[in-house]
Amino acid sequence: MTTVTEKLELFEVFVRSKRGLDHKHVGSLHAEDHEQALEYARDCYTRRSEGVSIWVVKSSDICASQEDDADCFYDPSDDKPYRHATYYVLPDPVNNM
Amino acid sequence: MTTPQEENFMRKISAEEKIEPKDWMPDAYRKNLIRQISQHAHSEVIGMQPEGNWLTRAPSLRRKAILLSKIQDEAGHGLYLYSACETLGISRSEMIEQLQSGAAKYSSIFNYPTLTWADVGAIGWLVDGAAIVNQVSLQRTSYGPYSRGMIRICKEESFHQRQGYEAMLALAKGSEGQKAMAQDALNRFYWPALMMFGPHDSESAHSQKSMEWKIKRETNDDLRQKFVDQTVKQIEVLGLEHPDKNIKWNEERGHYDSSDLNWDEFWSVINGNGHCNRQRVEHHVAAHDEGEWVRDAITAYNEKKRAKNAQHAA
Repeated sequence: MTTVTEKLELFEVFVRSKRGLDHKHVGSLHAEDHEQALEYARDCYTRRSEGVSIWVVKSSDICASQEDDADCFYDPSDDKPYRHATYYVLPDPVNNM
Repeated sequence: MTTPQEENFMRKISAEEKIEPKDWMPDAYRKNLIRQISQHAHSEVIGMQPEGNWLTRAPSLRRKAILLSKIQDEAGHGLYLYSACETLGISRSEMIEQLQSGAAKYSSIFNYPTLTWADVGAIGWLVDGAAIVNQVSLQRTSYGPYSRGMIRICKEESFHQRQGYEAMLALAKGSEGQKAMAQDALNRFYWPALMMFGPHDSESAHSQKSMEWKIKRETNDDLRQKFVDQTVKQIEVLGLEHPDKNIKWNEERGHYDSSDLNWDEFWSVINGNGHCNRQRVEHHVAAHDEGEWVRDAITAYNEKKRAKNAQHAA
């Protein structure tokens, strides 16, 4: 027996809490389409005015890197400490740059 | 007569709220932003050329790896800024066309040649240093995507200035010849670095409106003064001579007084007559044209993949 939610699409919800800030992932929900997802998201995730803007994206449209591959995926930056400001030792009087 | 839309827009600006891409905004605000952000993006991209000039001749593998990383960052910064600009409704290809035709400008500092290895140090220290002063201020710009781009860039940029200063320090504490090379680079890059802040406020065509709309948060002259002030100590620690013989602490103002700049040179370089203006744009055009096969290959690969998937589905 299939339940209703299994037939509905899964959407990821992103909320901008304040103008100027990034949209942040807050969770997901099931909906028929984008419009419905937006309204559900408003009812679910911004009941206390947590946001000024909501994005909904079909979960199936998200392409994600694999956690299991993280080691080799990010490996190229592991041996490049010189990309960090703290790598450079400068005399105290000018160390605030 | 102000419309309700204009009123709402100005209310957000005065309340220090950010303007976001889908908000209504005056046409002139949009145009002004496109001009400034695209010019900023072009500067990041063209800025790779003078430094790239020394990649194969960096004095050690360490310096080479650092320089490569820095140049890579500049490409990334160009990308952040082009993307922020695209949210205003202009396409990437339009922007590139404007750069190549000369309709859009980039920072004139990159029209100066890099004659010695010390120039690479001077650029990191002075040119990136000046850029940081400007960009720290722009973190508070009124346009959301631009502001967020600036915050990200500032986080990454500190390494640029520090590696440059470290390279200068190595030369300044080195042999007589190396010290002279560092002094020469300082003498040549100090003045153009000050010009990066643009004309005097009284001469700046876009300043007033940009300040009103909080696209810019501090005036050209105020930012320039900040840079002048912070650089004095840095020159002293290097043990080099200050290129400005008139530099003098002014107790009353709480700032250093300094010589006025050679504005004829400034306008001449902006108007296309610097040492490298033609070369920079020609190089960009050539690199873009030579990269066409890569873009074609991506499109061809995507088409093949789509055809294959369609076949599987059938």
